[in-house]
Amino acid sequence: MKYLPIILAAVLLLAAPARAENVLRWASQGDAFTMDPHAQNEGQTRTFAQTVADALINRKPDLSKVPGLAMSWNMTSPTTWEFKLRPGVKFHEGQAFTADDVVFSFKRALMPTSDMKDLIASVADVIAVDPMTVRITTKTPDPILIDEITNIFIMSKSWAEQHQVTVPPDMASGKESYSSRHVNGTGPFKLELREPDVRTVMVKNPDWWGLKENPHNVDRIIYTAIRNPATRVAALLSGELEFLLDPPVQDIARIEASGQFTIQRTPSPWTIFLGMNAGGKELTSSSVKGKNPFADIRVRKAVNMAIDVNAISQRIMRGFAQPAGQLVPPGVHGYDATIDKPLGFDADAAKKLLTEAGYPNGFDVRLDCPNDRYLNDEPMCQAIVGMLARVGIKVTLDLKPRTIHFPKVQNKQTDFYLFGWGTDTTDAHNHLYFLGAPNSVWNATAYKDAALFADIDKIAVEIDTAKRDALIKDVSLRLRDAYTYVPLQHPIIAWATKKGVDVPIVLDNLPHFAYARFGN
Amino acid sequence: MSDVPANVPRGDLWSRFRASPVAMSAAALTVLIVGAAILAPLIASQNPFDPAALNLANGLFPPSWLPGGDARFLLGSDDQGRDMLSALLYGSRISLLVGLGAVVFAAVMGVAIGLVAGYAGGWVDTLAMRLADVQLTIPAILIALMVDGLARATLPQATHDAVAIYVLIFSIGIADWPQYARVVRAATAVQKTLGYVSAARVMGVPAPKIVLTHILPNVLTSVMVLATLGLALAIISEATLSFLGVGMPPTAPSLGTLIRIGNNFLFSGEWWITLFPSLTLVLLALAVNMLGDWLRDALNPKLK
Repeated sequence: MKYLPIILAAVLLLAAPARAENVLRWASQGDAFTMDPHAQNEGQTRTFAQTVADALINRKPDLSKVPGLAMSWNMTSPTTWEFKLRPGVKFHEGQAFTADDVVFSFKRALMPTSDMKDLIASVADVIAVDPMTVRITTKTPDPILIDEITNIFIMSKSWAEQHQVTVPPDMASGKESYSSRHVNGTGPFKLELREPDVRTVMVKNPDWWGLKENPHNVDRIIYTAIRNPATRVAALLSGELEFLLDPPVQDIARIEASGQFTIQRTPSPWTIFLGMNAGGKELTSSSVKGKNPFADIRVRKAVNMAIDVNAISQRIMRGFAQPAGQLVPPGVHGYDATIDKPLGFDADAAKKLLTEAGYPNGFDVRLDCPNDRYLNDEPMCQAIVGMLARVGIKVTLDLKPRTIHFPKVQNKQTDFYLFGWGTDTTDAHNHLYFLGAPNSVWNATAYKDAALFADIDKIAVEIDTAKRDALIKDVSLRLRDAYTYVPLQHPIIAWATKKGVDVPIVLDNLPHFAYARFGN
Repeated sequence: MSDVPANVPRGDLWSRFRASPVAMSAAALTVLIVGAAILAPLIASQNPFDPAALNLANGLFPPSWLPGGDARFLLGSDDQGRDMLSALLYGSRISLLVGLGAVVFAAVMGVAIGLVAGYAGGWVDTLAMRLADVQLTIPAILIALMVDGLARATLPQATHDAVAIYVLIFSIGIADWPQYARVVRAATAVQKTLGYVSAARVMGVPAPKIVLTHILPNVLTSVMVLATLGLALAIISEATLSFLGVGMPPTAPSLGTLIRIGNNFLFSGEWWITLFPSLTLVLLALAVNMLGDWLRDALNPKLK
């Protein structure tokens, strides 16, 4: 043991520099799809984007809007917005930020392979009035445009041209480009290392323009994707993580009892639901040929009635969920609690409806389900298989990682799927459009109802708040009563952080690391 | 492989079995588990493979002797409302079926290759044994993962779930045949030089007949020992694959799948979901292994 002091000294020496740095190690069950800020409109992907990049208008953890790359903005006519840009901002790789970058980023986000195009579909043109002023004109008045543009992150035009990434890579076809693993934003952190599904390291951007108002002390962020729930908890309990985004609901009591972690909880503006292909000629995964069982509203209603959403919230989610009756979640503008009532579990009535529809012995279909996207998605799907079996619908469960599951929904290659939608605008139109409109990439129900679609579009342009709210309620009801979806639950999110580290919880479940703090 | 016997008299096997308490208890345990697995549909209170039989309201009951337990669920229930005892009975059935299937598959293939290689000699022998060498350099679990991955990529999900058990049998079996081939080939090469084979050959008995009726019975004892030891390993391989999520689907869980599901509850206090399947797996593998060990010793004349 004569070497012990030497070993100890060596260990201390090695440990010393790491101590000086505030390293925030965090984990969740699934990684971001891409580093490209426009290619995929998905939660985890956006968390990464907002960590390295800024939008014209940013959001704070309480989701209120604050000036980002725009210092101020005002509506000069019902269809025109003018933005005064922030001077003296530099991208991570040194390029100066100007109006050209804004014009470029918006045009890029409007391209066919961009997943952000639907968010800003109302935009007619974006022009640089001068190097520090941008004007956005919309085709029709858009009451929620400034909410939507909080999702449009600004890239450097010259960087994109240099690396030939002026077009977002097409995620649905699985293409990659330089921007899939590299990013050059103006945000509070710089990407240092990107190993998809393994590790992502970001370091503090010492030149970030926001540091004066928001002097955060996070030097380094290390993200690890840990699929297995027990492994995730073990990593947290053993001190390998400062922050866990998605502690498994069954382990929250245990984590709290250890006394070393803080659990923050909040209801979230999300809905987890099942979608049915109501518009297809026949279901590819079913042995019923020549007709589509889901095309019959009685079958869709029966599926809704056969699923006990209360049991799912209580048993699978252990109370960390509110049973859902519609797609628009609480906390969103236009939410109406009177519509959000589950249809009511009634297996006998469901069987009767199936018999009426000509399926007294049920039918078979495949349920596509992710196993690393939503909390307890796998047991949730298993339970659904059981519930549907009891009314005679024989479901084959296809559990796949999110990177395989999402393109299936995007390409509408699914008959029956589990999915979730969280708003990025805190407005019901976002849910109704993305899940209801026929041209939304995230609506795989193929449901046809021209009048309903026209009214969804009307919500987007109605300026009168009272009229707009009435329209939202009406559309929510009609979409709910088409039974193309089975709303399951609105999750109550819980974040676990090590004591001494503060990561303020955000309703949309996307952490804002610039607002995280070490120490008291 | 040197301690695997080629040929021994086996008249007093039974009396030696009666004299070994280890062998007797191992055999009793094996018979108990195998018997319970075979009779599962009669004993089990629930068919855990039938999704309609599961009810979420019955989820997460602790074992019946604990506070909050329910008499209907002797060993408790999992999150889906699956009775753990029924799941264990049906799960061991799958595990045993895969184990036996894989062993039979590997043994038939290995014995056939070993006999041909040992009897023919020459380039046939060289080719077969080099093939076996190549096969042995690739870890069994890797081969199994590869075969399973291939099956998953080529078969649609519904078909894959239905044939998952055959994919497992094939992928575990294919990894194991070199063991049998090597032992049988060595034994065959020895037998080939013995007088009775030469006599048969002189009498004009055709080669296939010599191999099947004269040599095969004389090399079977070593195959028996290998197969028994291999069964325990195959059961564990199956559990490993299912634990990794590439084996049996969660709707038709084997012991490994049950352990994987239970693993999610390791920290949350629902220990019975993972403990009982793990315990069953350990006991089953231990019993079969001890039986195999004893068989090897009993059949080995050098250890008498």
